Amino acid sequence: MKAQTKFLVGGGMILVTVGYLMASGIKDTGVYFLTPSELSQKVTAGEPMYDVGMKMGAKVVPGTVTRDVASQTITFTITDGTQTYPVIYRGLAPDTFTDSSEVVVEGRLQRDGTFRATTLLAKCGSRYEAAPGQQHPAGVRKEGGY
Amino acid sequence: MAELGSISLWIALLISVWGASLAFVGGLRGRTELAASAERAMFVTWGLMVLASAALLRALVTHDFSIEYVAAYTSRNLPLYYTLSAFYAGQKGSLLFWALVVSTWGALALVFTRGRHRELRPYVAGVVCTVVAFFVLVMVFAANPFGRLGFIPPDGNGLNPQLQNPGMTIHPPMLYLGYTSITIPFAFAVAALMSGKLDTSWIHAIRKWTLLSWLFLSCGIILGMWWAYVELGWGGYWAWDPVENASFLPWLTMTAFLHSVMIQEKRGMLKKWNLGLVTGSFLLSIFGTFITRSGVIASVHTFTQSPVGWYFLIFLIIAGIAAFSLLAWRWPKLQADSQLESMVSREAAFLFNNLIFIVIAFSVLWGTLFPILSEWVRGTKVTVGPPFFNQVNVPLGLMLLFLTGVGPLIAWRRASSANLQRQFMIPVAAFLVVFAGLFALGMRELGANVAFALGAFVTAAILQEFARGTGARHRLHGENYALAFARLVGRNRRRYGGYVVHLGMVMLFCGFAGEAFRTDTEATLRPGQSVEITSPFGHTYRLEHQGVSQYPQLNRYVSAASLSVFRNGEYLGVMTSEKRQHLNALGQRTFEPSTEVAIRSDIREDLYVVYAGSVEGTEEAVYRMTINPLVWWVWYGGVVLVIGGLITMWPGGAVASARARAEPAGYVAEVTA
Repeated sequence: MKAQTKFLVGGGMILVTVGYLMASGIKDTGVYFLTPSELSQKVTAGEPMYDVGMKMGAKVVPGTVTRDVASQTITFTITDGTQTYPVIYRGLAPDTFTDSSEVVVEGRLQRDGTFRATTLLAKCGSRYEAAPGQQHPAGVRKEGGY
Repeated sequence: MAELGSISLWIALLISVWGASLAFVGGLRGRTELAASAERAMFVTWGLMVLASAALLRALVTHDFSIEYVAAYTSRNLPLYYTLSAFYAGQKGSLLFWALVVSTWGALALVFTRGRHRELRPYVAGVVCTVVAFFVLVMVFAANPFGRLGFIPPDGNGLNPQLQNPGMTIHPPMLYLGYTSITIPFAFAVAALMSGKLDTSWIHAIRKWTLLSWLFLSCGIILGMWWAYVELGWGGYWAWDPVENASFLPWLTMTAFLHSVMIQEKRGMLKKWNLGLVTGSFLLSIFGTFITRSGVIASVHTFTQSPVGWYFLIFLIIAGIAAFSLLAWRWPKLQADSQLESMVSREAAFLFNNLIFIVIAFSVLWGTLFPILSEWVRGTKVTVGPPFFNQVNVPLGLMLLFLTGVGPLIAWRRASSANLQRQFMIPVAAFLVVFAGLFALGMRELGANVAFALGAFVTAAILQEFARGTGARHRLHGENYALAFARLVGRNRRRYGGYVVHLGMVMLFCGFAGEAFRTDTEATLRPGQSVEITSPFGHTYRLEHQGVSQYPQLNRYVSAASLSVFRNGEYLGVMTSEKRQHLNALGQRTFEPSTEVAIRSDIREDLYVVYAGSVEGTEEAVYRMTINPLVWWVWYGGVVLVIGGLITMWPGGAVASARARAEPAGYVAEVTA
């Protein structure tokens, strides 16, 4: 067998292995990324959405955040404007988490309609940018304009 | 001053478009006077970018809050160096920084090739002018850093506290320098394709440039990891976040190129592949900017999206089509001069190395884009996280580490069994000893064990190379060992610098393998209470909560929680983690509180403590404590890698490189248009 053919065979074997690893990786670890409305539609449509790992991206409803430091539990409500879900998260919140953050929560929807989150990410427009809503001078927002 | 900046941008837009048009017309028609004019346009564009940057820096330093950008990213009480770093801390300023750097590289490339590469230079000027024109266009029409607010607020918004970190002042510019400097190799590749001068001259012209951008990218990525580790407080340094992946992708293709280019130089193979890699690296650097700026991947629909991202997407598509059309046009003239002769040869090792780099890049790209792809195909966004990337990339990374040991030792063309025996006896022995040793010590993490054993394999291979080279000089030239070693490295900088880079990579891999042994502990402690943690190295740490103190400092109010640390009963010192509330000059709270991590690092393991908050205003504090084994090896591996890169790039050694250049001449086929 020519060296070039051997290389192609060897390369092909690597590609097949990696293809398998990628496909199984997506199958085993891929999770839905939904908005509250999309989740609600799927629940209504009767898809089995309870106790399935998923991510949900939405905004925190201002004023709904309660923190219990002793048990390290944070509860808040998230919304995309049409649907809302109460979230219970146990763990340390990132610095960027505020009561008006846009967040991504990863966890499972419970039968009682609450979302039990195991990870909580608060988004910035970009890592180099100020968080959304903070891009305008503080004076404008806080003093009500000039 | 703001007007000066805006006007500079407008003029630069005209001049760079003019320069690009002249360059391509002049090059294609062979009109040297047009090409010369285009080169002058390149220098003028650079001057205008310097002017615009000076205007922005002046506005920042003088606190001209009538400019929206200045008001959004700085405040009166921000220390001067962070005020200066605000130049590239925001979207608009970073576009200007980018344009400044690309035009600087372009001007330097023309200066350094003066009197040489006559056929290539006009196109190089043309490509760089086009790229600068694009950035200026985005600024002028979508993101003008000199835009006015319409009123003057008394103070600015201030810089995000997470960016108020020394690592963060140099990490973004390093990455930008890396991203931007890929433009020059890309410009030379396009120049070679357009001029039809497809011999190795374009490769020689860009040799230093590719190393330079690789080095900047490496520095930028490692500094970014370090910043994430010390500033973000989640205990790790790499999360396979889309923005991180965006910087990793061009690094992978550039690393592949640095290796495959050696095959083209030595054996005249892989010509199309190399052109494709350089083009791909450039496109990935633009893609990275698109990902970072558009928010299209990390976000859900409701998140604020910037129109700037779409400019980048359009530019990416046009540049990709143009570059690959050129490659397709020259395809028939890019035949290889020789063929792969044996699977047991350096060429084969390099081919597999390239294949693996590209497969890693593909899997990272796939995982990053998967939310979009799945939404297109199935209508629902599905995301993949670190488990996906680790599952795919750990085996590939280990294969790569294995090839790192094989590549430099195995013979070109066809390795004899004598060659194999002579070269690989010691490294294979090192592998077996370490593998068996770790197993005997009770370590059962297969991936980590293989990584450490392969690390020993590669290290033995490299040390053997250094030892044999030094020994040979000692015998042949009668030099003492120190002198022989210095001259060995000095006269073959590329080769031995490359080995030092490989040593750095081994250290990085050992650090990554340490992640397998990480432990996390959470504890709520009253003053005087303590918690015990056992580290993977078998020590017992005892951390005793001292209390929480509060005080104002610079531009912030600090709550500091302290722990006394004991290792196996021996007192090590106090660790203090802080919560900082940043304030503006008027005493108003600016951002949400930010966390300062406490880290105690040594060669074996890091103790990493985060103060998460206090219970209802008491001194009862919540902590998260992480033991991160071998993180030290990641940072110092990075240092070794950079030192190796600098050795390969160090100027001089002209005689040696001229000889090296004369050597492969036999393989080079001159192709003229």
